[in-house]
Amino acid sequence: MTNAAVSTGSDTSAVVLDGVTVRIAGHRILSDVSLTIRNGEFVAVLGPNGAGKSTLMKAILGLVPLAGGSVDVLGRSPQQARPHIGYLPQRQSFDPATRVRGVDLVALGLNGSRWGVPLPLTAGARRRRREERARVAEVIELVGASAYAGRAIGELSGGEQQRLLIAAALVRGPRLLILDEPLDSLDLPNQASVAGLIRRIATTEGVAVLLVAHDVNPLAAYLDRVVYLARGRALCGEVEDVISAPTLTDLYGTPVEVLRTSDGRLVVVGLPEAPHHHGHRHG
Amino acid sequence: MIPSLSPNPIDDVRRLFTYPFMVNALAAGTIVAILAGVVGWYVVLRRQAFASHTLSVMAFPGAAGAALAGLPTALGYYVACTAAALAIGRAGRSPGAAAGRRGQVGESAVIGTVQTVGLAAGFLFLSLNHSVLGGPETLLFGTFLGITSGQVLVLLAVALAALVALTALARPLLFSSIDPEVARAGGVPVARLDALFLIVLGLAIAATSQLTGALLVFALLIAPPAAAHQITLRPLAGLLLSVALALLTIWLALAIAYYSIYPVGFYVTTIGFVLYVLARAAGRIRRR
Repeated sequence: MTNAAVSTGSDTSAVVLDGVTVRIAGHRILSDVSLTIRNGEFVAVLGPNGAGKSTLMKAILGLVPLAGGSVDVLGRSPQQARPHIGYLPQRQSFDPATRVRGVDLVALGLNGSRWGVPLPLTAGARRRRREERARVAEVIELVGASAYAGRAIGELSGGEQQRLLIAAALVRGPRLLILDEPLDSLDLPNQASVAGLIRRIATTEGVAVLLVAHDVNPLAAYLDRVVYLARGRALCGEVEDVISAPTLTDLYGTPVEVLRTSDGRLVVVGLPEAPHHHGHRHG
Repeated sequence: MIPSLSPNPIDDVRRLFTYPFMVNALAAGTIVAILAGVVGWYVVLRRQAFASHTLSVMAFPGAAGAALAGLPTALGYYVACTAAALAIGRAGRSPGAAAGRRGQVGESAVIGTVQTVGLAAGFLFLSLNHSVLGGPETLLFGTFLGITSGQVLVLLAVALAALVALTALARPLLFSSIDPEVARAGGVPVARLDALFLIVLGLAIAATSQLTGALLVFALLIAPPAAAHQITLRPLAGLLLSVALALLTIWLALAIAYYSIYPVGFYVTTIGFVLYVLARAAGRIRRR
C-alpha cells in the first residue's frame, strides 16, 4: 500500500475489523478477527459450515453485539453506515406463487421502508417519482434483468431472481455490498455469469463487495482477494496464497492438502467435516 | 314472504332500497367488502390464509359467548378476533414469513390446536343458550337480516381505522411481506408489522363475519383478492381490483338473497368462487 493511501485512511477502506470477537449463547463464533476491505474491492468470504461466515457479515452490518474489538464501515459505525450498505441475506428462492413483479421488488429496495403512500399531487412529488422510476430502470439495466423485470418474481429462474435481488441491493447506490451465498442455488454457468456481473459492478460503480461462498472455483477468476474463516479465525489475502496447504493447515490446526485439478479448479482435502469442500458441490 | 321479481329490473333494484334492514345490509356489505378486499390482498401475498381461517373460527365462540353473556354478538366478534390475533402474534414471535420454515411449523401447530378448542367452546356456549336467532347456522354461515344502524356505524369506524393504518404501513408492509429478511436489514420493524397486521386482520374478519358468518369469511377475504392476484401483478391495481371484485360479490349476493329463500352466505361463496375460477383461467390463457 502506498503512503498516500495510508494517509487518506478510512477514505480508502470500506471495512476495517480490528480484533473482532463475537460470542453467541456462550460460544465463541469469531475470535480476534482483523481485516481490511478496500473500496471497489471484490472479496469472497470462504470457510466450512459453522465457521462464522454469516456472523461475520452480521457483525459488519451491526446486527450482532461484539464481545471485543471494533468494526469500522465506510469510516463510521455499522449503524451509521447502514444506509450505504446493500445487503442480500442468505435465502431460499421465492415461492412460485409470489405474484409481484421484479420491478416492484427493486423499487421496494429504494422506498420500501418509507411510511405512508406517496400521492403525486405536487410537482416535487411527481419529479421524485420520475427519478425513482429512472433509478430502478437503471439498476435493472445494469444487472441485465430488463427483459424479465415485468414478470412475476415467483415465475423466474434462480439466476434471474438473484440478478433482481442484486439490483434491489444496489438501487440506493451503496458503497458496500454484502451478499450472503448468492450463488448457492444457481447452476454452474449462472454462477459464473453472476460472479462476472458482480465483478463488473465492483469496478464500474466503485462498490466494495463481500460475497459469502461455499466454493471459490466459479469466483476465482473475478476476485481481488479472499477471506478464509475456520475455527473462528480469519485469514485474508490472494486466492493462491490463502488456499494453500501450509496456510490452511495452520488455520485448521490439522493437516490439509490443496489439489489443483487439470482444469485449474482448487480442491481442499483432509478437512475433518467437509472432505471435498472446494470441489463441485453435490445436492 | 319472499319478494318476487318484476318484469322491470330497475324496479327490482330500486325495491332493494325500500326496507331499512336491506339498506343496512347493503351499507354493511359495502364497508365489509372494501375492508376485506384490501386486507385480503395482503393476506394472499403473505400466504396467511391458514392464520385467517383460525381467526375466523375464533369469531364463532366469540359471538356465541357474547350471546350467552347477554351482549351483542358483534362485540363478541371483535373481542374474540382481536384476542386471537394477539395470541397468534405472540405465539409466532418470529412469525413464519420472517423465520422461514421452522417458524411456520411452530405457528401451524399452535393454530391447529387453538382452532379446535375454539370451535368446541362455541358449540358449548350455544347449547347452554338457545337465544341466538337461527342458532349455529347464523353464526357459522351468515345472515343479512337484523343488521342495525349502530352495527353499521361501528363497522364504518373499524374499517376506517384499519384502512388508515394500512395506508400508513402500505410500503413497509409490502416490503416485509415479499422479502422480510431484506426489509429487516433495511430498518423495517418486521416483527412489529407482523403483529400489527394480524390485529388488522382480526378486525377485518370480525367485521366480515357479521355478514358471512364465521366459516364463510373467505368468500370475501380470500376469493376476490386471490382473483385479483391472478389478474394483475401491480400492487395498487391489484388492491383496487380486489376491492372491486369483493364489492361485486357482496352486492350481487345480497340482491339475489333478497329475492330468494336461500342464505346469503351461499351466494357470496358461490360468486367469490366463480370469480376466482374465471380469474385463474384468464391468467393461464394469458400466460400461454
